[in-house]
Amino acid sequence: MKKFQCVVCGWVYDEAAGDPEHGIAPGTAWADVPESWSCPDCGVAKADFEMVEV
Amino acid sequence: MNGPVVILGSGLAGITVARELRKLDPTVALRIVTADDGAFYSKPMLSNALAGGKTADQLAIAGREALAGQLQAEILAGTRVTAIRPAERVVATNRGDIAYGRLVLALGARPLRLPLAGDGAGDVLSVNSLDDYRRFRERLAGRGNVAILGAGLIGCEFANDLRTAGIGVQVFDIAPQPLGRLLPPQAGAFYRDGLAAAGVEFRLGTGIARIERAGDSLLLLDGGNRAYAADVIVSAVGLQPETTLAAAAGLACGRGIVVDRRLAASMADIYAVGDCAEVAGLGLPFVMPIMQQARALARTLAGTPTEVAYPAMPVVVKTPACPAVVCPPPAGAEGRWREEAAADGVRALFEISAGRALGFALVGKAIAGKQELAAGMPAWL
Repeated sequence: MKKFQCVVCGWVYDEAAGDPEHGIAPGTAWADVPESWSCPDCGVAKADFEMVEV
Repeated sequence: MNGPVVILGSGLAGITVARELRKLDPTVALRIVTADDGAFYSKPMLSNALAGGKTADQLAIAGREALAGQLQAEILAGTRVTAIRPAERVVATNRGDIAYGRLVLALGARPLRLPLAGDGAGDVLSVNSLDDYRRFRERLAGRGNVAILGAGLIGCEFANDLRTAGIGVQVFDIAPQPLGRLLPPQAGAFYRDGLAAAGVEFRLGTGIARIERAGDSLLLLDGGNRAYAADVIVSAVGLQPETTLAAAAGLACGRGIVVDRRLAASMADIYAVGDCAEVAGLGLPFVMPIMQQARALARTLAGTPTEVAYPAMPVVVKTPACPAVVCPPPAGAEGRWREEAAADGVRALFEISAGRALGFALVGKAIAGKQELAAGMPAWL
């Protein structure tokens, strides 16, 4: 499972953890996170920022 | 209304307005004017760059040319605005006049500075841009101790980042606790202890009055002439919204450039976003409000007048030594903090008389409650 970091605020999406508070189940691959999702810490849209594998 | 959308400032606010508008309108002419080199970077990431192993150059997410291509915009870098002339719909710059159809002011905020005496006062750095940050890292190279003036959010984030890199840190503030504007007392004490355990040396209740050079180091002197030594000094004592150009042009300014809920300033076809703007009386220098503003303004500029919405927007303080999430109550709100302190964290709610919470502050393990609390907060706009 991979981790990705928001380049705007540094929040880390951990595929193993998902983002259940916003409807993304643990284990959801980054590619499968919907385009409508935005970073929970800073609000940047998925489409608009790079998530860098960390 | 004819003529390009001209955006002054290429920070997060200006670039996000451009990005969001381009999504809605593929053809409107966009010109972005910036005094810096036009590279896109994230200011929030400056204060954890050391922990992330990033040099200043690596913090640039996209260079000017790539950014201009992505946005289908002209980016006029190295261009300093000298005046706004609303009657002519012209912006005067050091490289000539630029005409606008709509003007977006995304000018950011300027660092406040303490009045400091001494021959070292000019050596104190502010870090409010990628260029500033580059200068800071150059001064830092090979040195062992940094003094930070200001124990607010930025000062504490820089302090933690320096500690992660093994560099000695002293944080000075006249206030008795760090994050004084954001944390009530028990949370503040817990937070202070967490950072202190990571090696941040707090010098609270201490006002620095003069800086003197001592060889290739610096001495900080308080009002009683007690001296502290450091190699590099960073000032992080607060920000002042950049209103100089707006005020000179006759636009209404409070603490920031006054705009309504559509981000419209007091003269036609001029808007303001980000740290320079005072939206319906509120100044919120954080990322989430900028995203909300930029999306609303883009819709307005694309033809659908839209008011900005501000749901509760908690702010994450990026200090791994002590996690903290704050949702400050609106300025002037009447209420009291109720704190629940445990061994591993503090949960504090700002309650108004009916027992409802208008804000919160969470430190340590208590941050796990952030989502649930945010969901229960009233929207600000």
